[in-house]
Amino acid sequence: MEAVIAIAIGVLFASGVWLILRPRTFQVIIGLLLISYAVNLFIFIMGRLWVNKPPLTLEQAVDPALFADPVPQALVLTAIVIGFATTALYLVLLLTSRGLTGTDHVDGKEPRQ
Amino acid sequence: MSFWADQLILLPILLPLLFAAALVLLSGRRQQLKFAINLIGTLALLATAITLFWFTDREVWPQGVGVYLAANWAAPFGIALVVDRLSALMLTLCAVIALAALVFSYRRWSRAGVHFHSLFQFLLAGINGSFITGDLFNLFVFFEIMLAASYGLLLLGLQSERIRASMQYVVINLVASSFFLIGVALIYAAAGTLNMADLAVRASTMGESERLLLEIGAAVLAIVFLIKSAVWPLGFWLPTTYAAAAPPVAAMLVLMTKVGIYVLLRLWQLVFAEQAELLNALSGAVLVTGGLLTLAFGTIGMLGSQELGRMAGFSAIISSGTLLAALGYGEPRVISAALFYLISSTLAVAAFMLLMELIERIRKPSAAVLALTMEAFAIDDAPEESAGVVIPAAMAFLGLSFVASALIMAGLPPLSGFIAKFALFHALLNPTGMFTDNTYVADPLAWTILALIILSGLAAIISLMRYGVRTFWAAADATAPRLQLSEALPITVLLALCITISLAAGPTSRYLDRTADALHDPGRYIERVMSTPAVPGVVSTTGGDS
Repeated sequence: MEAVIAIAIGVLFASGVWLILRPRTFQVIIGLLLISYAVNLFIFIMGRLWVNKPPLTLEQAVDPALFADPVPQALVLTAIVIGFATTALYLVLLLTSRGLTGTDHVDGKEPRQ
Repeated sequence: MSFWADQLILLPILLPLLFAAALVLLSGRRQQLKFAINLIGTLALLATAITLFWFTDREVWPQGVGVYLAANWAAPFGIALVVDRLSALMLTLCAVIALAALVFSYRRWSRAGVHFHSLFQFLLAGINGSFITGDLFNLFVFFEIMLAASYGLLLLGLQSERIRASMQYVVINLVASSFFLIGVALIYAAAGTLNMADLAVRASTMGESERLLLEIGAAVLAIVFLIKSAVWPLGFWLPTTYAAAAPPVAAMLVLMTKVGIYVLLRLWQLVFAEQAELLNALSGAVLVTGGLLTLAFGTIGMLGSQELGRMAGFSAIISSGTLLAALGYGEPRVISAALFYLISSTLAVAAFMLLMELIERIRKPSAAVLALTMEAFAIDDAPEESAGVVIPAAMAFLGLSFVASALIMAGLPPLSGFIAKFALFHALLNPTGMFTDNTYVADPLAWTILALIILSGLAAIISLMRYGVRTFWAAADATAPRLQLSEALPITVLLALCITISLAAGPTSRYLDRTADALHDPGRYIERVMSTPAVPGVVSTTGGDS
């Protein structure tokens, strides 16, 4: 289980890094999205991997070993929202740049052949 | 009294958020009203910051550390907002520069974008939040508020050059935010807490495997703050971004690099200063080396720049490098001198950013660029050139302000830049205080820092004087530009503040000594945060995270 998750995060992150090094803005934004997925998964599993354990209870005295850690789940929600918003902002920038310069190259001009 | 004093801690975040929300609702056509509301908000912020500054120094709270428990959850569980001397100082600096940038933007720049005023207040909320939060994840949230607002502000007066610079700036910051999250997640996995004070307690009693995880997390987090403070080789984005930004926004960006420095100083002194000798020495060495390389990079860049915008960017890099080298050195006297340098260089570089646009009017026919952006943004109420109070002797004003800010940035007497550098050298060569005996040992590291700082000052003065001579003396067709009072006043105030801290260097450095001493003794901060009880009689209901 740990290995599967670790490999998944690694592949996502590596693909993201490769994509943000590409010259087209569309590739860059997809790379940013993949990196943010990898990071969100990473935060989530930092509460350790549990199966079938609830994060919350209404009982007062409980054995914490029976419950999943709720904090990373709360953190990841916030991180998802913020990551989504900032990536959307980049999308606006990307489209503006495309409109003003007429190219989707990150430098705002096509490289000379 | 204490209850209301505690509520005051929330105001630096609450005020800008409320004003920003109110400003969104107003129509973009009512520029005067929006400007007036924004000005009131920023003035209120300045008043709050000065009050907090006074409260922390007079020790209205025990140890001069005020703690506000958000949603009334006691320390390690809820989010604690903490204000101490350092945060209060940074809040005041932020409010002063914000006020100057805002007044400067009155004639032109505040009209060049639709939501300038709201974004400006959101930026302030983000910066202030980063200064007073006591929780790592909350710090991330405030960082993102700050960055999101800065992305918007950077695009002010849409131009293809600005868009290109923004694209790089946004991508770098989005990647840095991912690293921030990874660092925070690693630290949580190792320590099980995100409260900075609690983290400091747990870090000292941690097992070997958790320690390793914590150190990796801290290193990843440090990379983020080093990117923000533009350390070499992570700071290539800075000169381009600064040169492309609108002047009031560039002045705020100068402040934002100092947020990175602030967080490094805070976290490092709090969590890692009391740790194992090896780690402390290692991270100190990394900071000093990074600072020195940044200084060298800034010096070379400064000599090679021809444009004023890039010069200002490189002088911000030089100031970051100096600060990092001094922080890594770690002695309280050095940190106190570095804080003096921080205040003086931030004020001077911000003034220089504002001055830049006015000086360039000597060289170019005025406002041609702005007219273009106005057209691109379809704003119909272009400011009339003739309106407003025009100040006399524009050339003399520009020349004198240029010389003053150049002297401060290069660190030449008689202004505050010199005093700051002198204090820094004195502290570096003599960290324990006065010469007590003659067994004085020169530290080669201190001498290296000293030599590089002097060289960077030399490069700054060569580069700035070259530009100054070319612009003010040798320009054949120089015509005195029209300067509005609202443009000259902020620059005058910023430079006057620099002169004030040079005149009041004694009280200022005594205050900074107290600040540095408090930083060097994190036990007091930790004790205050951890022992502040929740307000009795108020039942905590649901506690939401950020």
